[in-house]
Amino acid sequence: MRILMCREATRLMSKRLDTSLSFQERMSLKFHLAMCGACRNCNQQFQLLHGLGGVLEEKVRPASRDTGNNAE
Amino acid sequence: MASLPDSSRGARAGRPVEPSSDRQRRLAAVRPRLLAFARLQLRDASEAEDVVQEALIAAVEKDDCFEGKSGYETWVFGILKNKILDALRAQKRRGKWQSWDDDGVEEAIERQFQETGRWTKMARPRSWGDPESTLASERFWQVFDSCMIALPDNIARVFTLRELMGLSTQQICEEVGIKENNCWVILHRGRLLLRGCLEKGWLSEAE
Repeated sequence: MRILMCREATRLMSKRLDTSLSFQERMSLKFHLAMCGACRNCNQQFQLLHGLGGVLEEKVRPASRDTGNNAE
Repeated sequence: MASLPDSSRGARAGRPVEPSSDRQRRLAAVRPRLLAFARLQLRDASEAEDVVQEALIAAVEKDDCFEGKSGYETWVFGILKNKILDALRAQKRRGKWQSWDDDGVEEAIERQFQETGRWTKMARPRSWGDPESTLASERFWQVFDSCMIALPDNIARVFTLRELMGLSTQQICEEVGIKENNCWVILHRGRLLLRGCLEKGWLSEAE
């Protein structure tokens, strides 16, 4: 298995959010993340960024969640 | 692209019709959020105003189409997304998307890594703490806004299409006219730049 450096690891953790990785890529990334705390932090940050659209959409909804007339 | 349903089965028999003044109140309440979203995506305050105005008018005009499956605000948000895509296409036709210059992006990313490919001491990612409290913080969103403004236009455009509008990279390729590979490179750069900027602004306050 190829040993990844952090820069390459960030490329894979980014790509993983947009498409599926090959088995090789998944294993290399998993191995790197197990060893590298900084990259684990980076991975969490990428995932947080990836979820922002949903959060903004959520924010649009009124807090009370009363959608009025949609009792089905 | 998802278009709006045009069947108007909104006022089904037996369902109380919400008074339009209530709908209007809700539109007024949601407007600032819509505007903030449109600004992030279009990077032009007056275009964002226009597009939100159009979306609100469309929401009033198509009131009958609202079926109550999703929340009303979510439905309006969907209209806004379609309007934003139209506006982006118009921007592209006007040639606003032409510069794919590097704008020092590569250098900014070089600064995050040593030659060996390890993080530099300065850029080494730290923990942002509990994601939920991060997202609940007004300060985080302020920093996010200014980091988005600082991002080069084309990177920001691809990033927001992907992460805020939820388009797939394939769809983005069609909209922007780039190869998927290129799209992944741009997203990788955007995420690295944003995380660096956010970490600087967001964690500095805690110290």
